[in-house]
Amino acid sequence: MAVITYREALNQALREEMVRDESVFLIGEEVAEYDGAYKVSKNLLEEFGEWRVRDAPIAELGFAGLGVGAAMVGLRPIVEFMTWNFALLAIDQVINSAAKLYQMSGGQYNVPIVFRGPGGAALMLAAQHSQSPEPWLAYVPGLKVCSPATPYDAKGLLKSAVRDNDPVCFIEGELLYNVKGEVPEDEEILVPIGSADVKRQGDDVTIVTYGKMVHEALRAAETLSAEDEVEADVVDLRSVRPIDVPTVLASVRTTNRAVIVEEGWPVANIGAQLVDDIQREAFDALDAPIARVTGLDVPMPYARNLEKLVLPSAENIRAAAREVCYIS
Amino acid sequence: MATKETRAHGNAPSKPEAADQPDLLGLEPGELRELLRLMILARRFEEKTAESYQLGKIGGFLHLYVGQEAVAAGAISALREDDYVISAYREHAQALVRGVPARAVMAELYGRATGCSKGMGGSMHLFDRSVNFLGGHAIVGSHLPIAAGVGYAIRYRGGDQVCLCFFGDAAVNIGAFHEALNMAAKWELPVVWIIENNAYGMGTEISRSAAITELVDRACAYEGTASAQVDGMDVLKVRAAIDEAVRIAREEKRPSLIEAITYRFMGHSMADPSHGTYRAREEVEGWREDDPILSLSDTLIEAGLMTSEEYEEMDRAVIEEVEESAEFAEASPRPDESHIYDLAYSDEYPHGLDRRDSWR
Amino acid sequence: MPTKVVMAQLSPTMEEGKLIEWKISEGDAVAQGDIVAEIETDKANMDVEAMGAGVLRKIVVQEGATVPVGTLIGIIAEPDEDIESLLSEAEAASAVVATEEPSDAPEETTAPAETAVPDEAAAIDEAAADETAEAAEEPSAVVLPLETGLEAEGGRVRASPVARKMAAQEGIELGTIAGSGPGGRIVKADVEAAMAAPAGAARAPAAGAIGGAEPVGEPRLRDERVEASQMRKAIARRLAESIGPVPHFYLTIEVDMGRALDMRSELNARADGFKIGVNDILLKTAAEALVRHPQVNASWDEDAIQFHGRVDLGIAVAVEGGLITPVLRDADRKGLRRISLESADLIERARARKLLPEEYQGATFSVSNLGMFGIDEFTAVINPPEAAILAVGMTLEKPVIEGGEITVRRRMRVTMSCDHRVVDGAIGSAYLATLKEMLENPLAMVL
Repeated sequence: MAVITYREALNQALREEMVRDESVFLIGEEVAEYDGAYKVSKNLLEEFGEWRVRDAPIAELGFAGLGVGAAMVGLRPIVEFMTWNFALLAIDQVINSAAKLYQMSGGQYNVPIVFRGPGGAALMLAAQHSQSPEPWLAYVPGLKVCSPATPYDAKGLLKSAVRDNDPVCFIEGELLYNVKGEVPEDEEILVPIGSADVKRQGDDVTIVTYGKMVHEALRAAETLSAEDEVEADVVDLRSVRPIDVPTVLASVRTTNRAVIVEEGWPVANIGAQLVDDIQREAFDALDAPIARVTGLDVPMPYARNLEKLVLPSAENIRAAAREVCYIS
Repeated sequence: MATKETRAHGNAPSKPEAADQPDLLGLEPGELRELLRLMILARRFEEKTAESYQLGKIGGFLHLYVGQEAVAAGAISALREDDYVISAYREHAQALVRGVPARAVMAELYGRATGCSKGMGGSMHLFDRSVNFLGGHAIVGSHLPIAAGVGYAIRYRGGDQVCLCFFGDAAVNIGAFHEALNMAAKWELPVVWIIENNAYGMGTEISRSAAITELVDRACAYEGTASAQVDGMDVLKVRAAIDEAVRIAREEKRPSLIEAITYRFMGHSMADPSHGTYRAREEVEGWREDDPILSLSDTLIEAGLMTSEEYEEMDRAVIEEVEESAEFAEASPRPDESHIYDLAYSDEYPHGLDRRDSWR
Repeated sequence: MPTKVVMAQLSPTMEEGKLIEWKISEGDAVAQGDIVAEIETDKANMDVEAMGAGVLRKIVVQEGATVPVGTLIGIIAEPDEDIESLLSEAEAASAVVATEEPSDAPEETTAPAETAVPDEAAAIDEAAADETAEAAEEPSAVVLPLETGLEAEGGRVRASPVARKMAAQEGIELGTIAGSGPGGRIVKADVEAAMAAPAGAARAPAAGAIGGAEPVGEPRLRDERVEASQMRKAIARRLAESIGPVPHFYLTIEVDMGRALDMRSELNARADGFKIGVNDILLKTAAEALVRHPQVNASWDEDAIQFHGRVDLGIAVAVEGGLITPVLRDADRKGLRRISLESADLIERARARKLLPEEYQGATFSVSNLGMFGIDEFTAVINPPEAAILAVGMTLEKPVIEGGEITVRRRMRVTMSCDHRVVDGAIGSAYLATLKEMLENPLAMVL
């Protein structure tokens, strides 16, 4: 099995889907001549030509809307936002157009589109470039929202997103592009949207997370095992709409404890939603209040020490896990 | 104050000199009568909706088009069946002219399952895939990039269709207008942009909000975009301008920006009086004298292409069709509540959208 | 810091308590854990331990008074410590107590209304109790008889949801478990520890005094919740509509007690002086028969039947002013001697009103014997959520026809009241037939 980067996995997914289906095209800033700001679309222009790999003007609302229009009449656009921070300019098209057209048209016009790009903090990019958009998007019925953590999931989920008949928001991570992982060659990988994956098994505490924080959670789990004799079940949601609540519940029913980890802000986020799901459907399984580990409730500062302070770490996750395990 | 005189079509490219014979564009008598019938249909239909709205049978916002019928009829009649039409939220006439049945539009306004959007859209969101009517969009300017996308898909497939995109004068000030026209020009997309300049964005006269007098001049910023300003109260002039724009789109793969100077006789919506706060009664009455329906019927009668009796018969038949559409709407079932989750996604949604509603 | 002595909530159904006796006087030195008073709850009399050390500075509630749960009854403090603010608080409280019936006492100090069914009460009250418990100011200390998760002012047991569920399944009273979580919260590990601990030690401390507390072997039945069939649900609903919430019916059988009484005489004639009662034999056989007919050792639980994994027999005991039903745990796994010893202890302490709540709650089946009162036959009312109760009458000498001849036999009539939602006529009859068979052939008990 080949070991490739998350970036290469995405590139493979794009290429494979474009080869498979002629209606699939990629549009975004710097995706063609430049090979993508993060080189995700490397060599695609050469292979598919300018109509299928289109450099867009810096006009997020415009090219996102263009994607919606093309999708309404049968194409399958992949709209790349250089980062999700810029997608805020296009949010009208994501929410008011893409998410609603199918219902608003009485089921006549579905919108098979993928909006993708990196989200979350990278390194000292300050407030406007360091934020997690998943909760904003997951709030909207009509959208699906994915945020894979590994090359395998990135490839399998992106391919599923392209094939999905509804709009999918796909949040990658600037710091994930170089993460390496095993991805089988010569094999069709399709990870279903809305299915979580247990990345590590344990009976003592459930750690639920997604995206970049999966790696922090796995680090925390190793420390918990080595230092605290606590075996963590690490559930990678992979999709945050739909959320694979059954998998989360199954884990919590085994461990009786849950720590929910996400990079973004604490108010009205994915974890807040999950707490509701867990308390409602697994109330009798809980042995401790659910803990949430999130970014601090401030815009991201620039200074390195402050940025580290704001972001959740493996140490924070371990501390939360110890707390719900009643280890003092 | 927007009188017809002050808004003379000074730089309209093809303003004809006064002629003894009006230019009938070489259209067959039947085509001309059909143009008239479509305008009457739009007018009588909306008069009926105003009545139903006041009786509480139609809810939400209701934006009437009365006075502007020549733009929809003239423009859409220039299209082929496989072309596309997309509009903003004042789009009853566009839908009717494009061929969405009156009963399906009326039923939609009544919120019935038989509506063209199954009661899910209402007045501002009329859709009909069978006639490539891509909707009513209610965020000003938001459908312009979508129209560009339809144009992109046409070029992508190597087709020769055209996408006709209607929007109001106030939309030229929103960023989406620029982004969409820029992309359409840059990538040579077959889109015909039609500004329906009725002088007011809700209650704000366009000169109070746009830093440009002639909106059509905005086309200068997008090389390759053909442009024309046209008398939007004259259906034949609109038709002529759009015929040319459609030809450019089909053959030259270039977009056009057409500004149709027009006027709405009614308020912005049913909640807005036709005159009083931002425009004078005299102004509205002045424009009413230029009623596009009366202009065309006079022309046709004078040209001997129809009699007054035939015109009245045509009007009666349309009124009957409209009344029938209201009866149909009234008798139609409301959407089935048990299917409330069915249209949020076209694909299956795992784990159920209704998971959190167990007590309903 | 002064330590409050309060009227602690000592059972899930307790709303008020009577101060029976102060064990020490004002001015006496107190060490933490000392017994300072005895109080009477709705079920039993209990000792109050000091939660802090010092001197009993003030007796706020006098002997004989009944006050709502949570009321300050005394103050322990250092001899020179200022207790004025506590005293004025106490005066305000006693004024209220003096002028009002206990049931009308202020909300802050009254435990929320509770249902009569002890096992359910704790769970039902959670929400309401939570609010009052959280709203009330945390006292600096409370006096409790055991170090448990009970919180005096609201009577709420702090326990995690899974701990609650497990305890309910295992028949463990949460109030008997010490909580190791934050604020004394009982967590899963605490319940597991209680389950692992010797049953007698953890759950029925008094039984431990008799020795050999461990029942023999593993439980012989299984805890199991079986969803009811539609027919069973319909039966439950219709019968409940017919007669109150628990649709009773009654089965009576007459048992020849001759051999059993002979056996008893033989056993009691042995030199060790140990005496077995008829009732002990009855308890033993009733328990054994339950193992053979698990459907009778069960409860109706909404649309399901809860089969109980343990055979915990309630023994109805008449006490002054009422009735109490101490529970003989794991009766099916105990020998006759053990049953005799434990039941005698339970009955004695029941009469003295010295039972702990966990000693009179959570039976799976009950036996009521009014033979000693000369009653030859009666029907008893089921104690929910049990599904049946055995009403035992006096053993009488009766003429009986055997082989065409009239002979005199010692006969006893037993009537079983059954919850028809759980126990049908055939099942109840089969149970009674087994019981009769065993009592009439008591030697089979040794097999």
